[in-house]
Amino acid sequence: MDRQPKTLFEKIWDAHVVRPESKDTPAVLYIDLHLIHEVTSPQAFTQLRERGLTVRRPDRTLATMDHSTPTTPRNTNGIIPVLDTQAAAQLEQLTRNCKDFGIPLYTLGTENQGIVHVIGPEQGLTQPGMTIVCGDSHTSTHGAFGALAFGIGTSEVAHVLATQCLLQNKPRTCAVRVDGRLQPGVSAKDIILAIIAQNGVGGGTGYVFEYTGEAIRALSMEERMTICNMSIEGGARAGMVAPDDTTFEYVAGRPYAPQGAAWDAAVAHWRTLPTDEDATYDHMITLNASTLTPMITYGTNPGMGMPITDTIPDPMSLSDPSARIALDKALKYMDLRPGERLLGHPVEVVFLGSCTNSRISDLRLAAHMLQGRKVAPGVRMLVVPGSQQVKKQAEAEGLHAIFQAAGAEWREAGCSMCIAMNGDELRPGQYAVSTSNRNFEGRQGKGGRTFLASPLTAVATAINGCVADPRELLMTA
Amino acid sequence: MEPITAFQAKIVALPIENIDTDQVIPASYLKVTDKNGLAEGLFYNWRYNADGSPNPDFVLNRPEAQGAQILIAGHNFGCGSSREHAPWALQGYGFKAVISTYFADIFCNNALKNGLLPIIVDTETYYQLVSLWEEEPGTTIDVDLANQTLTLPDGRQVDFPIDGFAKYCLLNGVDQLGFLQQQEPDIVAYERDHTATYSTIK
Repeated sequence: MDRQPKTLFEKIWDAHVVRPESKDTPAVLYIDLHLIHEVTSPQAFTQLRERGLTVRRPDRTLATMDHSTPTTPRNTNGIIPVLDTQAAAQLEQLTRNCKDFGIPLYTLGTENQGIVHVIGPEQGLTQPGMTIVCGDSHTSTHGAFGALAFGIGTSEVAHVLATQCLLQNKPRTCAVRVDGRLQPGVSAKDIILAIIAQNGVGGGTGYVFEYTGEAIRALSMEERMTICNMSIEGGARAGMVAPDDTTFEYVAGRPYAPQGAAWDAAVAHWRTLPTDEDATYDHMITLNASTLTPMITYGTNPGMGMPITDTIPDPMSLSDPSARIALDKALKYMDLRPGERLLGHPVEVVFLGSCTNSRISDLRLAAHMLQGRKVAPGVRMLVVPGSQQVKKQAEAEGLHAIFQAAGAEWREAGCSMCIAMNGDELRPGQYAVSTSNRNFEGRQGKGGRTFLASPLTAVATAINGCVADPRELLMTA
Repeated sequence: MEPITAFQAKIVALPIENIDTDQVIPASYLKVTDKNGLAEGLFYNWRYNADGSPNPDFVLNRPEAQGAQILIAGHNFGCGSSREHAPWALQGYGFKAVISTYFADIFCNNALKNGLLPIIVDTETYYQLVSLWEEEPGTTIDVDLANQTLTLPDGRQVDFPIDGFAKYCLLNGVDQLGFLQQQEPDIVAYERDHTATYSTIK
């Protein structure tokens, strides 16, 4: 028997090795769940056709439409119209590929469609101990369940379609220990923005993060997903949280969750997954949640973030020339100056959505804060549920009515303004507070300027018409 | 895939850290269903002004940068989105290699699968290469994959690391999907020994 103490990552990795790593070849790793979408899969299917290959495990593959899909309201026939002919062609191609290769597909506007990283957990497909991949870097989201989940390129999508396997070199492990407890008005999003601000967007390169500590254990599954989602923003391909009762309660009863005796057996197995007490990590970083404040980004990568009450740093304070050029270029793009505060900075748009923050708990929190209040004149607020199921649930709870009464737009499900390739985008020069994951130049529309923040900060900003600290609104509530 | 061995090429430097794949190829170019036309979108928002005219200040628009096939860029090149359109666009434009102090993991994998060499050098060499571009634009360097060396114009050789299996595939034109397919007996055995209890996705 193998008595060597192991981390959560090592247990999952070892259980999926089809052929171990050797001096000359990487490991062949088995993949339990492959999620696909319209943007990163077409060329992979072309490769299968060119070689006359089939999809090895269509029963372990699921497709959805999310990236290039509009989120505009349905027409009188209940259809969400796709006006962009190139996007329409891409969606058609996915439909044809799924039909030809026998892959289940959630098409635009149907009851289970939504952002790929929202629907996996929602359907109970995402389970502890699994290996999960998708041609999308935010696949790290699924690691919140104690799964090994990471983004892959289109060549690798073809590899998994054809063989259900990937060639992988074993990454190193990094424990990200978050001690203490969050204060009111501070959320999971602030934890991950603080981790990235502290360690940089390249700090996790080559590592798999395992988030541990009291603050992580206290989080709900949806909050853990927010944190794991942005692991890639810290450079780590995957982020994980050891499964516990919070995890099991969330998975239980979902459409693809095991039932009856199979459920009991699954939970018994899942309880063996957490990192052994005497296992070691290659690296460790720590953060104290108790002293965290709401975070906001000021620049053009998610590492350019700070406590919301701080001032923007000076590029001249950086010794590395390439770092100085990057920050200088970022501030020029953002039209911001060193020493300035972001609090009180006017914004034109507030975006509540994306695979980071578009789940029902995000919408509940936002609606609660917005109830009885108004979005400031001149501010456009988009609320984009992560899936049709989230939308349905929110409407059943009347959340949509709160958003609409406040003057926000209630949209269909999709990636929307996080990727801005679907009609939802900023105009050049506009400022937005966004609950999404990337503030790269042009990410939310050419010339658009993004401040990343939590849903609470986004709502406080929408109400004030300028960047605002949500803790002040909580005090006056 | 065509085997890659050694080549000599012009360099161009973009000495900015953390260049993300949204800059390499903006999302508006991701609506294609093939790999064509991506070169025109390469660094689109940096290469062109708002009115669509070329931005003369952007390095790739400078006359000395024409024909450059080796891009020198700041650390953590290719971070962000997993889009393989990034290496496709770089190759479509003519690049054969990118040199940086380190690369984002997914970009590095994607580049290697397409024969775009992600070459890692130490910080000192990186800044030497940046200076070389600034002082002698249009200069060339030699890349030798088999020996894993760069040769600078002054004759100095710099070793670079590369994953052994990826190197073998690139040198011999071996395709990784083909290699994976050859693992079929092991995959069958794994599936037999791990009869997953997961329900069939419908």
